[in-house]
Amino acid sequence: MAATNPELKVVGQQKPDLVLTQHHHMCPGCGEPLALRACLEPIQELGLAQRAIAVAGIGCYTSFSMTTDLDLVQALHGRAPSVATGVKRMRPDTIVYTLQGDGDMVNEGLQEVLHTAARGENVTCVLLNNGVFGETGGHMTATSVLGQRTKNTLAGRDAAYHGFPILIGDLIAGLEGAVYVARGSVHNAGAVARTKKMFRRAFECQMRNEGFTFVEVLTMCPTGWFIPTIEGPKYMHDTLGEVHIMGELKADGVIRTTEELHAENVQKAVEIEQALARGGIEG
Amino acid sequence: MSSHVDSQTNDARDARGTVTIATEVCKGCELCIEACPPRVLAMGTDVNHLGYHFPELHDGCTGCAACQLICPDFVFEVFRRPRKTAAATTAGSTT
Repeated sequence: MAATNPELKVVGQQKPDLVLTQHHHMCPGCGEPLALRACLEPIQELGLAQRAIAVAGIGCYTSFSMTTDLDLVQALHGRAPSVATGVKRMRPDTIVYTLQGDGDMVNEGLQEVLHTAARGENVTCVLLNNGVFGETGGHMTATSVLGQRTKNTLAGRDAAYHGFPILIGDLIAGLEGAVYVARGSVHNAGAVARTKKMFRRAFECQMRNEGFTFVEVLTMCPTGWFIPTIEGPKYMHDTLGEVHIMGELKADGVIRTTEELHAENVQKAVEIEQALARGGIEG
Repeated sequence: MSSHVDSQTNDARDARGTVTIATEVCKGCELCIEACPPRVLAMGTDVNHLGYHFPELHDGCTGCAACQLICPDFVFEVFRRPRKTAAATTAGSTT
């Protein structure tokens, strides 16, 4: 084994320490195990493993409740934030986070998460957003973007017939009780590392008892999107990622809407293009 | 694929890092192939007990851990050689 060679330094371990086994029931190319890694590694690094309690909603990720090495409560569909509220009020010394999908949080339990945020409960809600009901076979959810092809919107989501997508991060950022709201993604390695930092900041806010924290992660669902696994990250970046822009929506009391994040990205792209036209970026 | 030829002709770089691949849990999604910056991973022709093809490592790994971060099945463990050893090996090829 290479591990016995003293010259080699481990820079990345196979599975997070808080996952019991590498085996799981997710499809090939799924983004949820990546989000799980980004969530669990900060818990381990901050030394919270012995006092963290997870509340799982209903979705594919619910099967992680069998392999996550944390105390865990299973909630009804969409009700995880309310269960987390109860857990946190009874055990204020613990770190409580929920694990929910977009169908669970935005469709089924929208009022639960909004009220929990408005009350400023000291919990972290995690949204794994893939724009479809992955577990039931790829149907449209409230976060599916316009034009997205799902099992019941075969010609693409039509605003006139299906309505507009909900940007849940913006809704929550506007509430007084929320102190940290971020939207991450797992479309490439850099994005996973950035998402991990977002989780770390959210848990640090909760450790300081500041209030409600929220982390959304865009995850691939090639099975629900009916595309080859290898095209998943690019497809997600070009469809969901164009509407649900990655970035911190509320941090240190400053609110930045998704539109502002989009404008910043456009500005950066223009600057890069100008720099390239001048003959490359220095430094 | 041309990228593999490139990596094999650049032997001096392969001292920087390496990965182990837990082939039996791989589900063959190929995300690591796209994610690898030096393009040194390629899908093999063998199958594991689940019936999936799994990636194989060619020369030129830099130990950047991009494959480990993008792998949904927790397949990769990444090792990096300390910088001075790597520098000694690559001395002369870079300035």
